[in-house]
Amino acid sequence: MEHADRLAHTDDFADAYGSIASDNDEHRWAFGSGFDDPLAGVDTAVPSGVDGTDLAAYCLMLGDDALILSHRLQEWVSRAPELEDDVAIANIALDLLGQARLLLARAGKADGSDRGEDAYAYLRSPSEFRNVALVELDNGDFAFSLVRLLVFSTYRLALLDRLRTSRDPVLAAIAAKGVKEVTYHRDYAARWMLRLGDGTQESHRRATDAAAAAWPYVEELFRPHDIELKLAAAGIGVDPSTLRAEFDAVMTQVLAAATLQPPVADPPAGRAAAPPSDATAVPAAASGRNGEHAEVLSELLAEMQSLARAHSEATW
Amino acid sequence: MTEGPAPASGYTAEGGHGAVPTGPSVPTGSRTRAPRNSWPLWEVFVRGKRGLNHVHVGSLHAADGEMALSNARDVYTRRNEGVSIWVVPAAEITASSPDEKDSYFAPSGDKVYRHPTFYEIPDNVPHM
Repeated sequence: MEHADRLAHTDDFADAYGSIASDNDEHRWAFGSGFDDPLAGVDTAVPSGVDGTDLAAYCLMLGDDALILSHRLQEWVSRAPELEDDVAIANIALDLLGQARLLLARAGKADGSDRGEDAYAYLRSPSEFRNVALVELDNGDFAFSLVRLLVFSTYRLALLDRLRTSRDPVLAAIAAKGVKEVTYHRDYAARWMLRLGDGTQESHRRATDAAAAAWPYVEELFRPHDIELKLAAAGIGVDPSTLRAEFDAVMTQVLAAATLQPPVADPPAGRAAAPPSDATAVPAAASGRNGEHAEVLSELLAEMQSLARAHSEATW
Repeated sequence: MTEGPAPASGYTAEGGHGAVPTGPSVPTGSRTRAPRNSWPLWEVFVRGKRGLNHVHVGSLHAADGEMALSNARDVYTRRNEGVSIWVVPAAEITASSPDEKDSYFAPSGDKVYRHPTFYEIPDNVPHM
């Protein structure tokens, strides 16, 4: 967009006087107020005709993806190339953590256990986590982390976009909030892919390697689990295999703009190729959705859960 | 005007807060500069939800305008501050010098008739 055009579009806040004069309790704040509760006014009862255990498992799948990737992104803080990217990555991690909190809390309501979000995050063993392998992989270099973020946010944006019409009003509300967040995550990652891929020889090489390392883990994102299929049929969840076309279209576009060759879509068996480190190797066609994970997840959880497990009543 | 260091030697954009180079030795056309080790500085202006104008909120580093805008979103609107962002290359801002403070600003200090203080202002007119 051209400069003048953009200037013209900054005037979307037409009635400035009216807003200032309006009777609200935020009038003291020129900046930084007006926060919304994403679940305000939403009926939190479990919809009829749905198995609460299935719904809880589904919430854990989506929530664990967000929780684990959030943790990986947090590991970048203070290590990113520039302070500005530290903050950007922390913001993305916080967005995902917020999605995880809502989804884990929803799981506690759906399965009737009434467990809180912390109980799910801090007191489960690795085999009880239902995240895909992609999100638990070591960060690798900046290029790998950004390719992983691009892949994940492209998949998740397609997912949340469809989940907005879920028959579960809570999932629909969480998705509606998440779509705006993940749209930015995808944009941030895609722009970095363009810079890296179409940058220097070294950045192009690293971006190429990163895409090759991430691609073996793409297939699992779109391989439907029984619970996903059941909930999709009930109008609650989304069959992930229906998201693949959108994912491929976005990836083709971004990779072409980034002057990167589309990575070869290795079947899971060919995955010996190049994950960022040996410890990330997972069995062929392993399903994180079933709780099958590589050793790196245990290490991640050991760190993430250590404080809560050592001080079980701690609050902060 | 008081004597002081030549403007070009004393002020740089890289400190952030509006004191920028103005002298003849300072490149301003800028597109031919040599590659640099860090990204250039940008000044960020945000219009708040209830703000009428874009207000300077700080500065940041970015490789180009698009990245500056994105970084500004991440650094300066995290607490729900903004509805609009402008970013400006710090080097493109020409600033008044502290040495010129007296000649620039002191003369308006005793011109009280330039303020509309002799009119009755209705209560419901904001932002006078």
